[in-house]
Amino acid sequence: MKKKVVVVGNGMVGYKFCEKLVSKGGNEQFDIIVFGEEPRPAYDRVHLSAYFGEKTIAELTMAPLEWYSENQIQLYLSDPVTNIDRKKKIINTHQGISLNYDYLILATGSAPFVPPIPGVEKDGVFVYRTIEDLDMMKSHAAKSKIGAVIGGGLLGLEAAKALLDLGITDAHVIEFAPRLMPKQIDQAGSDILKSKLNALGIKIHCNKNTQEISGEDSIEKMVFADGETLKVDMLVISAGIKPRDELAKIAGLEVGSRGGILVNNKLQTSDESIFAIGECALHEHMIYGLVAPGYEMADIVASELMGNATKEFTGFDMSTKLKLIGVDVASFGNAFAEEPDCQTIIYENKTKGVYKRINISNDNKYLLGGILVGDAEQYNMLLQTVNNKLPIPADAEDLILGSRGGESGGESGVMSLPDEALICSCEAITKGQICHEVIENGNDTVDALKKSTKACTGCGGCTPMVKDLIQGILKSQGKVVRNVLCEHFDHTRQELLSLVKIKNLKTYDDVLEDLGHGDGCEICKPAVASILASLWNENVLEKGRLTAQDSNDRFLANIQRGGTYSVVPRIPGGEITPEKLIAIGEVAQKYGLYTKITGGQRIDMFGAHVGDLPAIWEELIAAGFESGQAYGKSLRTVKSCVGTTWCRFGVQDAVSFAIEVENRYKGLRSPHKLKSAVSGCIRECAEAQSKDFGIIATEKGWNLYVCGNGGSKPRHAELLATDVSSEMCLKLIDRFLMFYIKTAEPLQRTAPWLDKMEGGLAYLKSVVIDDSLGLNAQFEADMDALVDSYKCEWKEAVETPEIRKRFVHFVNAPEEKDPTVKFEPLREQIKAEDWNAVLK
Amino acid sequence: MIHLYELFHAMMKPMKNMNNTETITTWILACKVEDIPENGGACVLLDGEQIAIYNFKKRGEWYATQNLCPHKQQMALSRGMIGSTGEEPKVACPFHKKTFSLKTGACLSGDDYEIKTYEVKVENNQVFVAL
Ligand code: SRM
Ligand SMILES: Cc1cc2nc3c(=O)[nH]c(=O)nc-3n(C[C@H](O)[C@H](O)[C@H](O)COP(=O)(O)OP(=O)(O)OC[C@H]3O[C@@H](n4cnc5c(N)ncnc54)[C@H](O)[C@@H]3O)c2cc1C
Ligand code: SF4
Ligand code: FES
Repeated sequence: MKKKVVVVGNGMVGYKFCEKLVSKGGNEQFDIIVFGEEPRPAYDRVHLSAYFGEKTIAELTMAPLEWYSENQIQLYLSDPVTNIDRKKKIINTHQGISLNYDYLILATGSAPFVPPIPGVEKDGVFVYRTIEDLDMMKSHAAKSKIGAVIGGGLLGLEAAKALLDLGITDAHVIEFAPRLMPKQIDQAGSDILKSKLNALGIKIHCNKNTQEISGEDSIEKMVFADGETLKVDMLVISAGIKPRDELAKIAGLEVGSRGGILVNNKLQTSDESIFAIGECALHEHMIYGLVAPGYEMADIVASELMGNATKEFTGFDMSTKLKLIGVDVASFGNAFAEEPDCQTIIYENKTKGVYKRINISNDNKYLLGGILVGDAEQYNMLLQTVNNKLPIPADAEDLILGSRGGESGGESGVMSLPDEALICSCEAITKGQICHEVIENGNDTVDALKKSTKACTGCGGCTPMVKDLIQGILKSQGKVVRNVLCEHFDHTRQELLSLVKIKNLKTYDDVLEDLGHGDGCEICKPAVASILASLWNENVLEKGRLTAQDSNDRFLANIQRGGTYSVVPRIPGGEITPEKLIAIGEVAQKYGLYTKITGGQRIDMFGAHVGDLPAIWEELIAAGFESGQAYGKSLRTVKSCVGTTWCRFGVQDAVSFAIEVENRYKGLRSPHKLKSAVSGCIRECAEAQSKDFGIIATEKGWNLYVCGNGGSKPRHAELLATDVSSEMCLKLIDRFLMFYIKTAEPLQRTAPWLDKMEGGLAYLKSVVIDDSLGLNAQFEADMDALVDSYKCEWKEAVETPEIRKRFVHFVNAPEEKDPTVKFEPLREQIKAEDWNAVLK
Repeated sequence: MIHLYELFHAMMKPMKNMNNTETITTWILACKVEDIPENGGACVLLDGEQIAIYNFKKRGEWYATQNLCPHKQQMALSRGMIGSTGEEPKVACPFHKKTFSLKTGACLSGDDYEIKTYEVKVENNQVFVAL
């Protein structure tokens, strides 16, 4: 008869134990039975916050129910184990199941620690650990404005970000210690982090001791030991974790005085047939509150049961990188080592909000540890340098001040690591294993490696390194790494553009027929459609090009939650007459649209049914508007400030020039979207230095900046030319844009394009200013041709019956609108129904 | 509260894996050939249900699936781009580009979703779907 392994707890580590045991053939030797207290199979708690964003429960689930049955694992959910009879080796559960075991695995995790503050039981006070916690927070947040978090550690800060995501506009973090993340970073790092978080809209209060939570039934305010108070509508307590050792205690297993089930190096508890793994286990006075050590424990116990134990648990590196959006924070190795035990190098840039500290051994040979705030790009490499005792450069500061854009950066770095270097610490995958997969098994994409090794599937922090590694290995094998479009085209975008031009191809079908193979897909279709538009500027919806467009281009509008569309007419330079404002108001009123001023100085109308789009545009066109191409990878807006027309400091007419620039490049399709701005003086109110091409007035003319962007990785634009005339400025932009359109990769904006360009800005200058390639005349002629062939595509769409008739939801009932579209009221307007609510 | 979409979804579930050869197929007239753009899809309303029909001209094949994308329950698949992975014909949802096999309805981008597929036939310039 098979022996029985009973697992208590179906969290991340309990699940990982099952997975490891099954992968070692354990389901043939054992009956595996799992009891979970939560109502659903194990999910990815590390990415729990993504539940407030784009992820569903299904996506967070580690493995679906079928996985358990396919592997003959019996899974009981909503049924906690309540009692262990160690003599008889029997467990009892809440729902009355009694079962004997040969081995018992406790993977009960931990619970949030809630300090005994009077009032914690009130409505509106939450903890942050399970899907249910998040659901409750979500419904309470709908009626809250001010929110606070107790605890400024890793989890507390994540909870604070979650409050913002939930629409809380006034968020506070209360920390008892003098600094944030006291376990990971030092005071100087905390100060920088604090100012960064302030900028995100989170207010930080350190050195604050909460004495009482007051309010009728629901929380109303917090009272602190220093006498101050804070009005709040909701509170999340994230003051640390408390190992779930209650079951172990009942069973008389040894537990630590401050909680945690005592285990040895084999993860055995004081009863040799009972093991404890994950956050409930206390090993050498340590509770490991991270997932990677838990996974390691799961692996060790699975090997032990299979009788082929090769290693023991001897502690784990607690280096971390915080994934708070917009702010990188990392600490690694011995972060707090201090002189005279080591030498410390600190780099601090308050304006940029960057703080870096590294600790070097006194003999200058090794990196011991460090702290990164504001910019943690080097984290992976530095961690590897510590863990593998790699030699460091003679000038140790190069480690943190390496040249911008990561010159030699990742690539040579990763390749120099030893084979045993741990690349994915969640899944314990070494560089050697990845090399083996890539070289022997041909798994040379991140997706393939995810499947074959599970690397990158945990916290995802190692993904950039894995990518570099793949590139490095392929290069070292002499394989040219070519960025071919997809499985249907063996060409790069640049090659394809030249070939399409030489062969004079005009539709996607012709391009596929002539230069590709197979049926095409959602990657090559929009890329080729964009090339065709950049080359020929013909209507994107004609000649069968319709279905090669990305969905937004196909309907000349951006699809929104619920399946309606947004309408954005062009408002060049942001200048608009009262008559046109009225026209927009009338259209929005007539079709019941939500209106908003966009971040691009124009007006967006949301909630249009696909069938209403042509009529809406007909009215806008009659009022003198054109398409704003908000849906296209094309020129978006040229923002302006008022400049000399009104402003007392202006030195040039910024509005007129912005309008001229916008009208010149409107409709221009490119590898990615293009944005621009014109400021009337050096005060830069139009934010031109954050644009793909930005123009700033000088006494003598204009300064032209290129290759900047906002977005998730903001980049300042770089100065290309100074004091140029309006005419010269446009010439330079023509050349710059055509060079970009012809050489960039699909969906690569101008900043990463410049980053990848060999020779960088100096080379770009040599091309567009010194004409080193001799192509400038051609670039200008190409741009002139595109400008001359511009037509408003919405005007063509409403006037061409063949195109217009495609704007319906049901082709067999064109008058009928999608009945599943639902709106909710919002401040006298409407909004789309929350799709996460629909999913429940 | 049970939501309309969910009911719709629940109704479709038990039908999957049904063996079409053993049931009597009823063909319902859906639309004309030119209503569906070449190498793309469009939506029809049949018996109160939203069905996406695709004219895969490149392969000379027609397909039909539910219009609802199971990811965020959006009525959107008919507006997605179609194409193939290897030999498998697929549609990509316009919202987050999850892809689904047009033949089996399986999700090809690694998630645990499945969509309902229907048989299609074209006669005399008219498109019929088997419900
Ligand atoms: C409407 C608007 C927000 C608003 O209400 O203000 C907006 C809305 C969207 N932005 Fe934006 N962005 C808007 C201004 C901006 C700005 C500000 C600006 O242009 O000065 C930025 C930062 C500047 C920049 O791009 O460099 C901005 C950076 C992004 C990014 C990040 C780009 C990047 O390179 O990192 C994306 C994502 C992308 O394009 O991949 C994005 C993508 C989007 C998309 C297209 C997301 C999507 O696919 O659905 C949103 C669609 C809007 C729609 O349906 O109409 N949006 N977005 C703004 C429209 C401006 C306009 O009039 O056209
Ligand atoms: C918001 C958040 C963000 C995080 N971010 C990170 C991060 O970035 N990096 C990182 O490494 N870690 C992170 N963590 C920590 C990580 O999630 C945990 O380390 C990991 O989940 C521990 O796994 P576990 O299986 O030990 O515990 P858990 O995942 O808590 O699972 C334990 C399970 O056992 C169940 N259980 C308890 N008692 C019983 C019983 N008697 N019978 C049956 N079932 C029982 C519980 O209900 C629970 O489902 C984060 C945690 C949270 C909450
Ligand atoms: S940049 Fe500012 S100060 Fe200068 S002209 Fe524009 S609005 Fe005036
Ligand atoms: S709604 Fe279809 S992929 Fe997200």
